[in-house]
Amino acid sequence: MSDKIETIKITVDGKELEAKPGAMLIEVTDQVGIHIPRFCYHKKLTVSANCRMCLVEVEKAPKPMPACATPVTEGMTVWTRSEKALTAQKDTMEFLLINHPLDCPICDQGGECELQDLSVAFGGSSSNYHEVKRVVVDKNIGELVSTELTRCIQCMRCVRFGEEIAGMRELGAMGRGDRVEIGTFVQKSLSSELSGNIIDICPVGALTAKPSRFTSRAWEMMQTAAVASHDCVGSNTHIHTFKKKLVRVIAGDNEAINECWISDRDRFSYQGIESKDRAEVPMIKKDGNWKRVSWEDALNAVAEKLKAAHPDNIGVLASPRATIEELYLLQKSMRAIGVNSLDHRLRQTDFNQQESMGLFPWLGMSLSDIEAQDAMLLVGSNVRKEQPMINHRIRNAVNNQAAKVFTVNPRHLEFNYPVELQFVSDPLEMVNTLAGVAAASFKISKATIPAGLKDLLNAVEVTAESKSLAKTLKDAENAVVFLGSIAVQHPGYSTLRALSSVIADNTGATLGYFAESANTVGAWLAGMVPHRTQAGGVVEEVGKSTAQMLDKGMNTFVLLDVEPSFDCDDAVLANETMKVADCVISISPYLSGSMLEQADIILPSAAYTETSGTFVNAEGVWQSFNAASQSYEEARPAWKILRVLGNVLGLDGFDYVSSSDVRDELKKACGGVSEVNNSFEVVGIYTTLDKLAVTNNVLQRIGEVAEFCGDALVRRAEALQKSAPQQDAIQLNSAEVTRMGLQVSLDENQLVDVKQGVETVSMPLILNDAIPDGCVLLASGTESSSLLGSAFGSVEITS
Amino acid sequence: MFVDNNSLESVTILTEHELHEIDGWLKRFPEDQRQSALLGALRAVMHEDHYLSYEKMDAVAEYLGIPKVAVYEVASFYSMYEMDEKAAGKNTIAVCTNISCMLNGSDKIVKHIESKLGIKHGETTPDGEFYFKIEEECLAACCGAPMMQLNHVYHEHLTLSKVDELLDTCLPKRSDDDVGESESAAVKSTDSIVDKKGGK
Repeated sequence: MSDKIETIKITVDGKELEAKPGAMLIEVTDQVGIHIPRFCYHKKLTVSANCRMCLVEVEKAPKPMPACATPVTEGMTVWTRSEKALTAQKDTMEFLLINHPLDCPICDQGGECELQDLSVAFGGSSSNYHEVKRVVVDKNIGELVSTELTRCIQCMRCVRFGEEIAGMRELGAMGRGDRVEIGTFVQKSLSSELSGNIIDICPVGALTAKPSRFTSRAWEMMQTAAVASHDCVGSNTHIHTFKKKLVRVIAGDNEAINECWISDRDRFSYQGIESKDRAEVPMIKKDGNWKRVSWEDALNAVAEKLKAAHPDNIGVLASPRATIEELYLLQKSMRAIGVNSLDHRLRQTDFNQQESMGLFPWLGMSLSDIEAQDAMLLVGSNVRKEQPMINHRIRNAVNNQAAKVFTVNPRHLEFNYPVELQFVSDPLEMVNTLAGVAAASFKISKATIPAGLKDLLNAVEVTAESKSLAKTLKDAENAVVFLGSIAVQHPGYSTLRALSSVIADNTGATLGYFAESANTVGAWLAGMVPHRTQAGGVVEEVGKSTAQMLDKGMNTFVLLDVEPSFDCDDAVLANETMKVADCVISISPYLSGSMLEQADIILPSAAYTETSGTFVNAEGVWQSFNAASQSYEEARPAWKILRVLGNVLGLDGFDYVSSSDVRDELKKACGGVSEVNNSFEVVGIYTTLDKLAVTNNVLQRIGEVAEFCGDALVRRAEALQKSAPQQDAIQLNSAEVTRMGLQVSLDENQLVDVKQGVETVSMPLILNDAIPDGCVLLASGTESSSLLGSAFGSVEITS
Repeated sequence: MFVDNNSLESVTILTEHELHEIDGWLKRFPEDQRQSALLGALRAVMHEDHYLSYEKMDAVAEYLGIPKVAVYEVASFYSMYEMDEKAAGKNTIAVCTNISCMLNGSDKIVKHIESKLGIKHGETTPDGEFYFKIEEECLAACCGAPMMQLNHVYHEHLTLSKVDELLDTCLPKRSDDDVGESESAAVKSTDSIVDKKGGK
């Protein structure tokens, strides 16, 4: 292929332009800033040419042509604002407005409406149509998107979005002719994880954001660029505020990261910021009673407690959603007083071979490179819910170049693209399944099996499916093995990781990680791990990991935006450990019931959107953002709290003026590292898992984190919680239900008693035949889960 | 461990006849173009049930491997499909009331059928024998106006007696009393309603 791309010359409005042959006229004019009005055309969607707004005059064409569906040809001459073009546009506008109501004053889209704007710019001042306008009954399509379908101009952007981007057609055009309506036909809530994007692309006010409906006008709002805080992509967003109060979040444009889409979780989680249980003032618990105190008193008390405790008995747990500035300052101050037990890997349980991790869990490539992969193996990842925008990239790889996707998961998942093969096995068996693939890969590579894996690999059966997977990875030009959050939570994570690594090595595939949260990568760089300081520096003494801290019971804990009952793997253990600790210092925006019970000092921190900071995404890209709204009551940005704490503790080097000072210091230490070597030498013995004693009612728990329960913010986002009531339920297949002799009623709200360890909770039962035999899906991060044990353990259904 | 390739299989509620019909249509199109058989598939369901239930539409979607909403779109687009159970008469009468037929007296035909069957346009007789479809679009048989479709078969140059005759052939054999009644209803109007000019 020659590097030189052939171009042709066209003339638009007297200007000579260069264009790629075959490009649509509107793409060419958009690139040079010649604006042609449009409704149905969207750069990321296929051309449908049904709104006719982009009609332009083309030389030698008898009629005006739609710019979105007219390919450019050599020597083409176009006028976008000639009399013929303008008349065509004006007449189209008149038709589009025939059935459009004049309700702009009460329409949420008013002021940012493409129809309104273009009507002013290209429309006429009166209409020839004086008859009755049609009315369309609104549909309830769920908690997130509100409909006002009388306003719809049938551009079909939302329909095409469903098919082409979301990968599931939920909306359609029902009926015919002037009676066409957009809808789901049967009453149904949208279930796509990207559904909120139809709000952004709807050119009129037919689809608007339900949670922020009727709260303010577009021209009154302030816009602040931000970075989404839930997955490892770091989608760019815009936060809109009115009188310093949050109104909504919309997608920002960043072709390299999120193109122009964001997940529903990133769009609607902001509601959690205005949760009723925000921490207002610093508080200290005295004799079991909470006392409101000044910041000075609170920070002095913290310093006193930290000085009183032996550094080896202090454990520090931080959320991987905290900004890199916060994580770095926490790490810096704690290390300075001799604390080595710091961790952000709250849900991980197997820390074996943690030394062999690279500088941070790198994606292994850039986000856009995912689209160039020919074969992918996803190990332990519900990627669609975990990392919606990465799933979107994988989908593009499948659709555009027939990439073959394989998964190794504890349950069958629904994908929005064809998956070559899903290897489904219960959580314990999952290790053997992957070991089978690894054994097959060794047969291909003829490499020597490392000693630590020999026993495991020799014992497994190599199936034809494993062989075909290994061969596909080997034969693919670009192949990758991704480790997801289910793998990280898995009790045999180190083994899964070692197996993934050898599979990658043997087949020439890349090894990549889907970092769990928005700043997991940042936490590694900031040294929020027990075995490394900032920028991967060496520690003198390796501290305790999350699991060791919770198990061995430190007597003092410092928590940064962590709710142990919800954020840690084993809630029972975490609750117990916090309860018996002498002192728990919690820096958090929220006051949950369990926090009031467990903590001794509460420092209210600013929530996401109230603080400036930086997240580092899975690719290693640093993205900083400013505060968009005011801190709640007495709450302060956590980086400021930690800076002052450094001063109170009498430490050197805590004289930062702004969060960017903190970031720059760390960035300098990191020396611009953006790529990491993910491959490592597999040595040592890997965790072996004991088989569960299978009795009649014992089932293995699959405890992946529920879509909207991953962190404190999203757990408080009302609309998202309402949209997914099935999160906090126990799911198992009908064969198990019969085997256990459970009586299942048709009532959807049937409750069963679920016992894990010593605790029992009552929760709804859902039949789901995609759950393997002997297993239940009981997601982590939910209310019920906050009373139960480890995400992967045995549970009983007692009634 | 179990390995599975497709989503979990479920049992379809489509009848053997419907499946046979759909498979027949599928054979005529490329293998990766299963949605092409949709019109035929819905026709087969209409033939069996005389209307498209949600369950059957969903079953068709699943069988063809296309989104449910794509089936609803097609079913709501074409007037030959009925989605209301009430429309599920054994025989469907559709009288064209577009311009040519209207000028040739289709209104009288409609009135006649309404009084003969004792139902209004858009209703089904209580015994479920006849469904009188509302306003059919032009069926491109203007040279034979007024015309109607009876169970999708074209009948042109209609007269009231011709309509009676056609409807009677659809009725199941009844006891003598019943026949007498229906005949007496039909007797009233057997004359041609318009003066034929031209015609055949």
